[in-house]
Formats: sequence, C-alpha cells, structure tokens
Amino acid sequence: MIEIKDLHKSYKMGSNSLHVLKGINFSVEEGELVAIMGSSGSGKSTLLNILGMLDVLDEGSYTLDGVPIKDLNETKAAQYRNKFLGFVFQSFNLINYKSAMENVALPLYYQKVGRKERQEKALKYLEQVGLREWADHLPSELSGGQKQRVAIARAMAAEPKVLLADEPTGALDSTTSYEVMDLIQKINDAGNTILIVTHEPDIADMCKRIVHLKDGVIVEDKKITQVRASQYV
Amino acid sequence: MFSRDNWKEIFETIHKNKLRTFLSGFTVALGILIFVVLFGMGNGLVNTFNEFFGDDATNVLYIFPGRTTVPYKGYKSNRVIEFDNSDLEDIKKNLAMFVDYTTPRISRGGLVKYRNESNNYTTRAVGPSHQYAEKTIMMKGRFINEKDIKNKTKYVVIGRLVEKDLFGNKNAVGEYIDVAGSAFMVIGVFQDDGGDNEERLIYMPYTTRQLIEKNNDKIDQIIVAFKPEIGYAGAMALDRSLDKFFREKKYISPNDQNGVFIRNVADQLKQNQQFARVLQIIVGFVAFGTIIAGIIGISNIMVFVVKERTKELGIRKALGATPKSVIGSILLESVFITTISGFFGMLLGVFILNSLGEKLKDYFITNPYIDITMAISATLVLILFGAIAGYIPAKRAADIKPIEALRDE
Repeated sequence: MIEIKDLHKSYKMGSNSLHVLKGINFSVEEGELVAIMGSSGSGKSTLLNILGMLDVLDEGSYTLDGVPIKDLNETKAAQYRNKFLGFVFQSFNLINYKSAMENVALPLYYQKVGRKERQEKALKYLEQVGLREWADHLPSELSGGQKQRVAIARAMAAEPKVLLADEPTGALDSTTSYEVMDLIQKINDAGNTILIVTHEPDIADMCKRIVHLKDGVIVEDKKITQVRASQYV
Repeated sequence: MFSRDNWKEIFETIHKNKLRTFLSGFTVALGILIFVVLFGMGNGLVNTFNEFFGDDATNVLYIFPGRTTVPYKGYKSNRVIEFDNSDLEDIKKNLAMFVDYTTPRISRGGLVKYRNESNNYTTRAVGPSHQYAEKTIMMKGRFINEKDIKNKTKYVVIGRLVEKDLFGNKNAVGEYIDVAGSAFMVIGVFQDDGGDNEERLIYMPYTTRQLIEKNNDKIDQIIVAFKPEIGYAGAMALDRSLDKFFREKKYISPNDQNGVFIRNVADQLKQNQQFARVLQIIVGFVAFGTIIAGIIGISNIMVFVVKERTKELGIRKALGATPKSVIGSILLESVFITTISGFFGMLLGVFILNSLGEKLKDYFITNPYIDITMAISATLVLILFGAIAGYIPAKRAADIKPIEALRDE
C-alpha cells in the first residue's frame, strides 16, 4: 500500500538547514494499523505530512497504492489527497461554521458527489461513529471526543485507501482517548489501513505495529500484540 | 464553476459568516452610496449655477450710447450720443458675417390701467428678435412680429405677473389696456425664467413707440446676437468691430471711455463656463477619491477575509480542494456580495437624490441627479477592483501548503 525508499527531508532555517528525515525505508501493507512513535523533533510528524502529501520530499521515492507520488502540483496533490487519503488531526480541524454533517460531507463535495448522496453518506458515517443525533450541531457544541469522532467520520467519508492520524488523542483525556482508539480499531478491523503518529506508549500498544523514529531515522520496527481499547471503555 | 452546488456552498458560507458579509457589503454599498450622492450634489450645484446664469441668451452683445468726454474731429466733449434706426441697418449690412439678428430696445416707465386696476410697469419697445435675446417664453397668444413693426400696430405683449395683477384670473389676450394714455390690445402673455421683475414687463413694437414719441427714429440701446458658431474669438472680434464702427459713425475718439458701451455676454459666458467646469472638476475629483477609498476599503477587507480563512482553506485543501476551487469560491463569494451590495448602495443613492429634488435649493443644490450609466459604471469598477483585490490574497492563500495553513492559529 505504502512504499517509501531512502526518504530525505530538510528544512531551511535562515542560512542553516535542518535535516529532519535522514533516509527512511518503510512500507505498509493493506489492513495494517501502524503507530509511528518518537520524541518531539524525531521527524514523525514530518513523515506523516509527506505521506499525506501535505509536504513534499527532498530525496527518495514514495509510492502510494502503486502510484508514484512525485512532482505533484497543488491541483494534482489535492486530487490525490481527496482520492487516497483521510486525515485526522490533533486539533480536529473542523470548519467551525459548518454542522457535523456538513463537515463530514465536505470531502465528498470535492469529489463532486451530488448533494443528496453527500448527505446520506455523511449521516451513514456519523452513525458509525455514534453521532447520528448530533448531525445538526456545530463543532462548538460538541465535546473534544465528539469532535474527534466527527473528524474521523469526515476522514472516512471519502473512503480513502489510507487513514492518517496525527496525535489523534493528543488533546483528549485518557477515557476519551480510549473511546477514539476503540473506534479506530473497529475501522481497522473493517480492513482499512491506518497510520497513527503518537508519543503515548499506551496508544501505540493499541496498534498492530510500532515504528520508532529517532533523529530522523527508524531505530525500531516491530509487530506487537494489539491491546484492545474496548476493555477500557 | 457556476454549478448549483457551488452556489449553494457559497450561499452557506455567506449565510454563516454574517460579520464578514456585512463588512464587505457595507464598505461597497457605502462607497457607491457616497459616490452617487456626492456626484449628484455636484450636478445639483451645476444646475443651480446654470439656472442663475442661463436665463438670457448667451450669444448677445448689448450696445449703449453714452456721453463723450474727449473732443474729437471738431466736436466738443460732453456730447450726447444717440442711436437711430439707420444704425440697425448698418450693423446688419456691414457685419452680416457675424450677426444672427439685431433688435433695438427702448425702455419707458408708465402707468398701465385696465378698468379699475392700475400699476406702474416698465415698457420695452423692441423688435421681434428680442424674444430670443431674453428667452421669452410665450404662454398664450404671440410675440411681436415683423408686420407689427411695419404697420406700427398698437399691440402689447404682457408678462405673466402683469396679467395676474391687472386681470386676475381673466384671460388678457384680446383685451385693451391703457399704457401711458394710449389704448393697446394685448396679443400675448409670456413667462420668463429670469424672475418676477422680468415677468412684470410689457413689450410693444419699437416703431409704435417711435410713432408715439413724435414719429422719431431714436433707439435707446441695440442688442446684437452673433452666430453661435463663430465662437468666443469671433464674439470678441465682433465686439471690437462694433466698437470701431460706432466710434467712426458717431465721431467718438478712440480714447473716449464713455462715448459708447458694449456689454459682451460672451466674455461672461466664458467665465461662467470656466467656473462651471471648475465645479465639475472638483465634483469629479471628490467622486474619484470616493471610488479610490472604496477600492482600498474592499481590498483591505478581502485581505482580512482571506487571512481569517487561512486555516479553513488549509482544511479544505487537506480534504481535496484544488487551488482553483479555493480561488474560485473566494472570488465568487466576494463578487456576489459586492455586486448585490454595490447595486443596493447605488439604488439607495439614486433614490436619495430623487427624493431631494428642490429641498436643498437654499444650499444652491437644485435637482441633484446622476447619469445612470455613470452610476452603473462606477459600481462595476468597484466590483471589478474588489475582485482583483480579492484575487491576490486568494491566490496566495491557495498557494500556501496545507500544512502551513493548518498550523495557522
């Protein structure tokens, strides 16, 4: 599903350049649930942004579902993001003047799906995250956990190949975090490929594979026995 | 770009961001409103101005005889100069190239009576062309014609207020009035934009006046109208030619300031036109400034709008919005708001101008108006510049990497 070879990325900071990713080799199979761990500054978010085509790589190659991702202009990148990827952010990033349902329907709008179908699909995904009754509420009327579930529903609505989550539980308390992880595990159980960036070991333990990043290189990549979040909920 | 779905998305955005919508709409509406009202007021000023100075014909020269102060060619000084009918003929003959028409004017005061009503009025004995020189407007009957001049008929044309004073609500045409002891038939009633005094005048054929005054051929003053096509320079040349002509014919020294006077309206006309033009320029400048201020206002708001939306645009891009759709939606939204509010402001301005009418006449503003093409073009210019001003920040926002936009708090 994801194939990365010898990935380098550096940022210009004035006259200095900061080498963040120093040759990453990494691949993800379909249906995996991968945690990318590392302390802050290890390059884990940068890796996720490159995987999400939110940022461009300097060197190396990236293949997503058999499609080489390189030399994308913004228009092409936008289309690929829309087709291949769903995003979940730490700060939810819901559009604050749109209701939960409208937020979920937004990626479908950019897929040029008709209005009726958009609403039906949006309601279906809200149902899956258990927020059917909250469809008409604005983000400001939802709790943090609810917001993140709406964001997950939005990421799923476009039926992406890969779900990318950047610290999805970073802004939530532990009970809510486990609820969100439970949801993510269920989505994974249904066969979806998911990548999670986190620095919390208990969250990482709920994935099936942990990739440790340190100073821009992978120091550890191991499969683990998944801890089910449902037992904490 | 213009599908129903896009419009729905835009309407929702507009509907749910009322402050933003209000700000940009208000700026444009206010800009256009002020422009329309100011421009209209300026036109109102020009209207008042034209009303003040546009009463009489502007292509005429008035020639008055005087009294010499310098001895010349054997004549003593302090000699009274008089005009007579031959002067009229000579002007027509010698200066035919320049002259449109001439008319004499002999003014006399006198008691005018009709039955029990009587009053003092100024009577002007004139030729038929005098009607054009004073822009006399006939309400009923007719003005003096060539036949009256030839036959020295005892006809008069009276002003609207003369009729009102003497006849009340009765029709004066066909009635006889007593002018300084002789009976005259009223053949017409006129009105004049020059004010009440102009409408308290009585006109009669100049030949009739000369007949009454012992059948002489004396004339008080001569009015010469020049052909408008000769222009200002031509009028000034005619002025000099007439001066020379009278000085030669009446033996007046070229250095005598008081022998003959020529009042040239063309000279005044030029000044008046210049003044009106300066007014127009000031009005235009103010209006231009208002439009510029409006453009700056809408540009600032567009920058603010895009800045405020940076994060939202980042989210949209992460969800698959292309740069084109980002720019498109921002522009469509702003053009939609500016168009609606621009035309609203314009219509409000036009409505205000129309409802003012003559209410501000005390402040020298009469019937303020704006040419509708002018108002619409100004509105379109503002919309266009609003779009251009929106495009630049929209383009920049669309080019920001989504990851940077998302970091924006």
